Amino acid sequence: MPAPPLLALRGVCKRFGVVEVLSDVELEIHAGQVVALLGDNGAGKSTLVKVISGVIPADKGVIEWEGRSVQIRRPHDARELGIATVYQDLALCGNLDVVGNLFLGREIRRFGFLDEMEMERRSRHLLERLTRGVPDLRAPVVSLSSGQRQTVAIARSLLGDPRVLLLDEPTAALGFEQTTEVLDLVDELRDRGMGIVLISHNMGDVKALADRAAVLRLGRNNGFFDVNTASQEQIIASVTGATENVPRQMTHREAGW
Amino acid sequence: MVKEMRGKADTTRTEPAGTPRPPRERAVARAVESSVAMFRRKVRAGELGSLPVVLVLATVWIIFQSLNDNFLSPRNLSNLSVDIVGTGLIAVGIVFVLLLGELDLSVGSISGLAAAVFAVLNVNNGVPEWLALVIAVLAGTAAGTVQGFSFARTRVPAFVVTLAGLLTWNGLMLYILGTSGTINLDENGLVAQLTNYYFTDDAVAYGLAAVAAGVVFLVSYQDALRRRSVGMPHRSLQALVVRTGALAVIAFAAAYLLNRFQGLPLALLIFLVMVAGLDILLRRTHYGRQVYALGGGVEAARRASLNVTGVQTAVLAVSGTMAAIGGLFLASRITSVSQSSGSGVLLLNAVAAAVIGGTSLFGGRGTTWSAVLGMLVIQSIASGMAITDTPTAVQFMITGGVLFAAVVIDSVSRRTQEAHGRA
Repeated sequence: MPAPPLLALRGVCKRFGVVEVLSDVELEIHAGQVVALLGDNGAGKSTLVKVISGVIPADKGVIEWEGRSVQIRRPHDARELGIATVYQDLALCGNLDVVGNLFLGREIRRFGFLDEMEMERRSRHLLERLTRGVPDLRAPVVSLSSGQRQTVAIARSLLGDPRVLLLDEPTAALGFEQTTEVLDLVDELRDRGMGIVLISHNMGDVKALADRAAVLRLGRNNGFFDVNTASQEQIIASVTGATENVPRQMTHREAGW
Repeated sequence: MVKEMRGKADTTRTEPAGTPRPPRERAVARAVESSVAMFRRKVRAGELGSLPVVLVLATVWIIFQSLNDNFLSPRNLSNLSVDIVGTGLIAVGIVFVLLLGELDLSVGSISGLAAAVFAVLNVNNGVPEWLALVIAVLAGTAAGTVQGFSFARTRVPAFVVTLAGLLTWNGLMLYILGTSGTINLDENGLVAQLTNYYFTDDAVAYGLAAVAAGVVFLVSYQDALRRRSVGMPHRSLQALVVRTGALAVIAFAAAYLLNRFQGLPLALLIFLVMVAGLDILLRRTHYGRQVYALGGGVEAARRASLNVTGVQTAVLAVSGTMAAIGGLFLASRITSVSQSSGSGVLLLNAVAAAVIGGTSLFGGRGTTWSAVLGMLVIQSIASGMAITDTPTAVQFMITGGVLFAAVVIDSVSRRTQEAHGRA
């Protein structure tokens, strides 16, 4: 019998007022696999990420962690389980320095006081592994470039040794070299047995990295693909809804949830 | 001092291994050079810290000294150091609230309420002074907690919640005072002593200055040793000596001046100890880190699984407590409590002090020391005006101008910082 998935969502629903953003969504995340979460703007990708990370609790549905049902009502619950998230907007505190952001909410203490030295040491260690251009650890994050901020956000997600990593468009704001850095990192983390959800609009990235792809369309599952065997056209058709035998539906909903 | 501590870790980068040790003089020169370079970088990046307020303070002192020789006399400076305490303590509480990016308008009323509670309990009802004092301070804490909880739960901006508080607590104070109007405090009592008592023995002021400098040096030296032992960037011994030396010079100069009048005022000592203690709370503990994080972005803090409601409530509780303590010092200064306690420009001065001292109105930047520096500026202007017989009208206008300048500097430095990131 195969091991149960690390994290599984069954029949997850979420509505904001009258708008049903997610309805009956299924998703499985396996250890050592990258799942690409695809969908057009407003398909509900970011909302799904926020449901998993506890920022927006689901209205209905079951979340299973290694086969047993769990509750994720707030970010703390997700963190306890071992789920880490890099949000699209990064969710960093601009006024805090790099070290402060990395350890926010899990500061290392010594005699009850913050152990800045130890936190700085570990931050440097971690960042040196992730990137060649380690930013000034004591500069407020607001003064860093967007690429550096992205690195900080990713580094923060890795601090608690998570087992599931959610990446919401991690390369959207990056240049070529940094994108490669991030993708290499994702590859390495997968090899270490982490379960990864990758949201991306870049089919090249998806083809290169993902093992499976799950497509959302208008808040519903619209197909699961094995990236190695499915053609790019098939996946894109599923994303855009070209496979649907209905007149094209125009959507005016905003992305970004 | 504030700025120095903030910049603690980032002056030096790790030197490449195997560099031969330069001779001592070159090491000193390099330490100075790197601090200057670092300082320049920070200023360009919009991290001005307490530089502007120190310049303003120096300007104010030079102007008034040139107008009247008595301005920088030991007597005047000693009085100044006691006058800043009451409002300064309230301003420290305001700093906490400003760090969240919020504003507390109720501190004036809470300070009056606490003073009234103390006076009615102690003078009218014969409750022992220490007990009345504790109850008065706790009344401030309670008022702040109620406001904080309402603010955190309803998500109504704090300035609206505390505006309601301003009226409510003021009404409560008038109710408690009843028809008695003005209550005079015991001239030799505990509360009166708060601002009356001076350590007349010279050794106290000098001793405390030495202890303060020694503690600062030991703590930073320990830190540097620890960093060196694991190969982290750290300050050189020379740099530590220079910095502690500068602090010691200021401390001993202040001690010398105070000893030439009546000695170290108890009020000033309490004020500085509280400011230092709360500074450590804010910048060296988990609680403080959460306060700064909330000022940097509530949503980001929430996603980092911080207890947003708890921290917001606690911050307004601190603000209420500090307002109550400040109110008792203000009552002590005039040894009476009246219906006008906590009214007038008190609230505005406390907020102005925090902002002039360099705490950002936009949240997330500032330290408790800004309350001290800001109060020094405001009180220096007030005292200088009094000495030179300038009408209050002019004093208001000048303080207003300084406040406006502080807000502009705050806003510009914030934008510089953001623009710096886009480069």
